Amino acid sequence: MGSLFENMQSVPLNHYIWFCAIIFTIGVVGVLTRRNAIVIFMSVELMLNAVNLLLAAFSVHHNDPSGQVFVFFIMALAAAEVAVGLSIIVMVYRNTQSIDINVLNRLKW
Amino acid sequence: MNIIITIAVTALVVLYAGLFKAKKALLPLTLLGLLVSLGFTVCSWDQPTVHFGMMQIDNFALAFAGISIIGTFLIFLLTQRYFAENSPNVAEYFTLILFALCGIVIMVSYKNLSMLFIGVEIMSVCLYILAGIRKLNFASNEASLKYFLMGAFSTGFLLFGIALIYGATGSFDIDVIQNVLVNSVSNVSPLFYPGIILMMVGLCFKVGAAPFHFWTPDVYEGSPSLITAFMSTVVKTAGFAAFLRLFAGAFEPLHDFWMPALMVIVIITLCLGNITALYQKNFKRMLAYSSISHAGYLLFSLVVLTANSASNVLVYAAAYTFASIVAFAVLINVKQKTGSDDIESFNGLAKRNPLAALALTIAMLSLAGIPLTAGFIGKYVMFLNVLENYQIILVVIAILNALVGFYYYFRVIIAVYFKEGKEIELDTPMQYKVVLVVSTIVILLLGVYPSFILNLI
Repeated sequence: MGSLFENMQSVPLNHYIWFCAIIFTIGVVGVLTRRNAIVIFMSVELMLNAVNLLLAAFSVHHNDPSGQVFVFFIMALAAAEVAVGLSIIVMVYRNTQSIDINVLNRLKW
Repeated sequence: MNIIITIAVTALVVLYAGLFKAKKALLPLTLLGLLVSLGFTVCSWDQPTVHFGMMQIDNFALAFAGISIIGTFLIFLLTQRYFAENSPNVAEYFTLILFALCGIVIMVSYKNLSMLFIGVEIMSVCLYILAGIRKLNFASNEASLKYFLMGAFSTGFLLFGIALIYGATGSFDIDVIQNVLVNSVSNVSPLFYPGIILMMVGLCFKVGAAPFHFWTPDVYEGSPSLITAFMSTVVKTAGFAAFLRLFAGAFEPLHDFWMPALMVIVIITLCLGNITALYQKNFKRMLAYSSISHAGYLLFSLVVLTANSASNVLVYAAAYTFASIVAFAVLINVKQKTGSDDIESFNGLAKRNPLAALALTIAMLSLAGIPLTAGFIGKYVMFLNVLENYQIILVVIAILNALVGFYYYFRVIIAVYFKEGKEIELDTPMQYKVVLVVSTIVILLLGVYPSFILNLI
């Protein structure tokens, strides 16, 4: 455990922040530009994982375990969300034979 | 704490009752559980406690929990003949609504940002399922998928904000964060600023404030009406309570930084919600846009922070909740009879259904903000709050928007009383009548004696 901490601390905190910000941005751009529900969903997971990495880095930096505990919460709730989300996508697929979100335009102003 | 335990246990008991085919017992069990948790809410009044450093049950939390529980109670009364005809799995729906309420109680009483996240997620995951309850209805499917994708997206923003704030302060506890801010207002870590903005974006998504509102009309229109009623009243109130606890509490020292951003959001929300509502022919979609504009008025309390901000939000949220529940109750009734939720289907409603027409009228007057109704008091305290800081332009814009609001709310009243229609006769079940009468009385009482609720917190 100690060596893991040292390894993580050997990379400056700024690098973690920039790295996570970049992954997060890739996720956001993916959600906004892709049209396939599953790919959008993957992009959301990318965003959440960027947050997880950032929390772990901050946790080591502050020498405070609560950040890592939070990561577990995010993982558990993300798993719950995946279960519900995939079943919603399956439900939509059964009715429309498609998971392209452009099909979802029946409700319009 | 016992409030959450009671609600969660009720949810499980209802689930088991459904398993053993005790269909008649579902509603009484649920209502009993809600009454017990309401009793606990009243009993713990004026005894602020902190549970495990995670949940702070103070009067603020209790007041908002109380109003959420009452709102849910009224919505459960409306389930009579609503779910039972559509599906064999009523127990699951009841359980999901109760679990969502559990998340809401956590959302209004959190002390630690992790509890905020967990509360929001418990509530949202239940609502994703509830929005898509009608598995074969395409609109319901679409609403569910849109809500899910947007909800998960906004959770990402919320979490990134939380992570950055954790990086800046080294703690998730909102009191510790506030202390850090108070002690170092001039040289706060630069991570804090993007953190606040990202959390604001995430929470604005959840409460449906423009420009993050685009999912609201579709989801509200596509979901089953009863779930829409739940989402636009109870869930919205909880979102604002969470917003207020964080921004009026922990981030209060940086008010000068985030206030301009919030002001822009408020102005866009007000104008967009009201002006788009003008063009709606569908009553449910109009209510969705009206809920966006009400989100704008509710955010007023954060533009100028005073000691009264919390009680102002409580008054406004109470007024909005009761009026919306009445509107949705009448809508469900009309839709069951005519099969359509356009405003035209309300034509000539008053001839045969004086009670429903009167209740709908009072609800619309309250939403528009006519004196002697609760909605007027809500708007009045909000405007007064902002005027204390001489935000004249904001108040002028808000009053213009309120005038626009009159137009589309009165269109419903005109349709009900003065238009010639098919003279449908609603068969209003007993429980609907109870909800209509009770909500109308509460709207009028709050309009005449507002001091009762204004001095609550």
